[in-house]
Amino acid sequence: MKLQQLSLFLENRPGRLEAPLSAIAAEGINILTLSLADTAQFGILRLIVRDWEKAKRVLEQAGWVVNLTEVVAVDVLDRPGGLAEALRILEDADLNIEYMYAFSLRRGDKAILIFRFEDPDRAIQVLTEKGLHVVDGEELMSFVP
Amino acid sequence: MMSVNSTMTNQAHPMWDRAAETMPRAEREALQLERLRAQVERARRVPFYRDILNHRELGPHSIRSLDDVRRLPFTTKDDMRRQHPLGLLAVPRKELARIHGSSGTTGKPTFVGYTANDLQTWSDLCARFLVAGGLRPEHTAQVAFGYGLFTGGFGLHYGIEKVGAAVIPVAAGNTRRQLEIMRDLDPEVLICTPSYALTIADTAREMGLEPRALPIRIGHFGGEPWTEDMRREIEEQLDIQAFNNYGLSEIIGPGVSGECQARTGMHIQEDHFLVECLDPETLEPVPEGEPGELVITALTREAMPMIRYRTRDIARLYRDPCPCGRTTMRMSRVTGRTDDMLIIRGVNVFPSQIEEALLRVEGTTPHYLIEVSRPGTLDEVHVKVEIHPEIFSDRMDRMQALCERISREIQTVAGIRAHVDLVEPRSIERFVGKAKRVLDKRGLTD
Repeated sequence: MKLQQLSLFLENRPGRLEAPLSAIAAEGINILTLSLADTAQFGILRLIVRDWEKAKRVLEQAGWVVNLTEVVAVDVLDRPGGLAEALRILEDADLNIEYMYAFSLRRGDKAILIFRFEDPDRAIQVLTEKGLHVVDGEELMSFVP
Repeated sequence: MMSVNSTMTNQAHPMWDRAAETMPRAEREALQLERLRAQVERARRVPFYRDILNHRELGPHSIRSLDDVRRLPFTTKDDMRRQHPLGLLAVPRKELARIHGSSGTTGKPTFVGYTANDLQTWSDLCARFLVAGGLRPEHTAQVAFGYGLFTGGFGLHYGIEKVGAAVIPVAAGNTRRQLEIMRDLDPEVLICTPSYALTIADTAREMGLEPRALPIRIGHFGGEPWTEDMRREIEEQLDIQAFNNYGLSEIIGPGVSGECQARTGMHIQEDHFLVECLDPETLEPVPEGEPGELVITALTREAMPMIRYRTRDIARLYRDPCPCGRTTMRMSRVTGRTDDMLIIRGVNVFPSQIEEALLRVEGTTPHYLIEVSRPGTLDEVHVKVEIHPEIFSDRMDRMQALCERISREIQTVAGIRAHVDLVEPRSIERFVGKAKRVLDKRGLTD
């Protein structure tokens, strides 16, 4: 049920984002979604890709420090209050969200959000119990062009 | 005291202690020789010196001329570290009147003890260079040096009091407040690091004040290396006369030497310090006027009779007569170091201290670089640390906590605030052999 997310350390200066993206593009690896957290000095690029093992290998060989994290993709209704409802469930269960970002694609009336939880297994259990759909890797890849 | 003060008036070149400062050279050398012998005797009370002197069968009797100082052992910063905290004392602990400290090469400061007599001597020495550089009893002086273990604040403070001038002990920092106090109290004299003088000028302009219209007319600057260019800039921006002074806490603090109105080098207070200028490799004296490492023997210090302390400061010595009438030898500005010590906003910092701080944070060594710059008027330190898997997290809060932790450790060990820049792997240049850890972009030598 969990997805593997790659995180990269980047210095915050011109051209630093393009280099790793070109490196994986050269290997034909498509990025499903990404998020970038940054300070004035540095940034953390987080990537969800189809073949994460290959992408990790390519990036590491090219000299980047890559960190592997398990994240959870959750379907929420793409209407006002859809995300708030999911967050309420997490909050009621005392689940700590480290960070989250939106998936770049939508399916029908659903939007997919990527969550980084402190305890992903319990989060999956709680969300499933409350009737939210947790999207696994296979399913995610299946509707990405 | 009255007799000393009377030498300040009715003279073309006022002096704090005319007798000492204009003493004929032969007479002074005889005094130095006598004091050197006494100091060797005193040093025998320190186990560290006693062992070496006994081993080499040296004593006061071995000193027949001033050149015989070269038979005596050197004292290094490492020796001080090994004698931590107060192993070099020649007096019982109860006779100490004060303890100062300076940066060690590691996390521990090196401590320096003073007897009550040492403190009197120190104020007198500060009074000498302050008067040589224009301080008068009717003046008010603003001290913007740090007060604390650092010798700058207290040393100058008591020197000014000794002269009979008024002190405003504002201490370092809070530049706007410095300026407000300056406007309220009209001090004629400013005491700080030369870079801070420029910060004061900058801040005055930010506050809408004309720096040249500030009340100060004289500045006594020290605690860090500076250049003739910087002096011109300070004098031009603040419309003052800027004087250089030199000292180091291991010996006594400020007061080892200072400039007179002629500003042709800093007059060394030779009746209290025997200064050699040596080739740091061969440890042989360099020809007069050539750059060498200053090696200083404190001739009158009671609490810590420092013998041939290797300052690691590079300077030149001059014996030609000075128009001011003082007969003492003069030294040039410090133009470099024989070790890697940095002076950051007046604080001595060794790269080994930064390394020690980094070693306390797992995974931040071995690839780091200390970058020192002066983007405006003040020094800035950036410690670049290469990221690698052990310290990298996908969570921003953890990454920021890491930077803060490194910064805190540096503050604890080295006493300075440093910016921590995490950088990409392999972005710091690799060296075969000894790594280059410091990039100093300040250009502090002429």
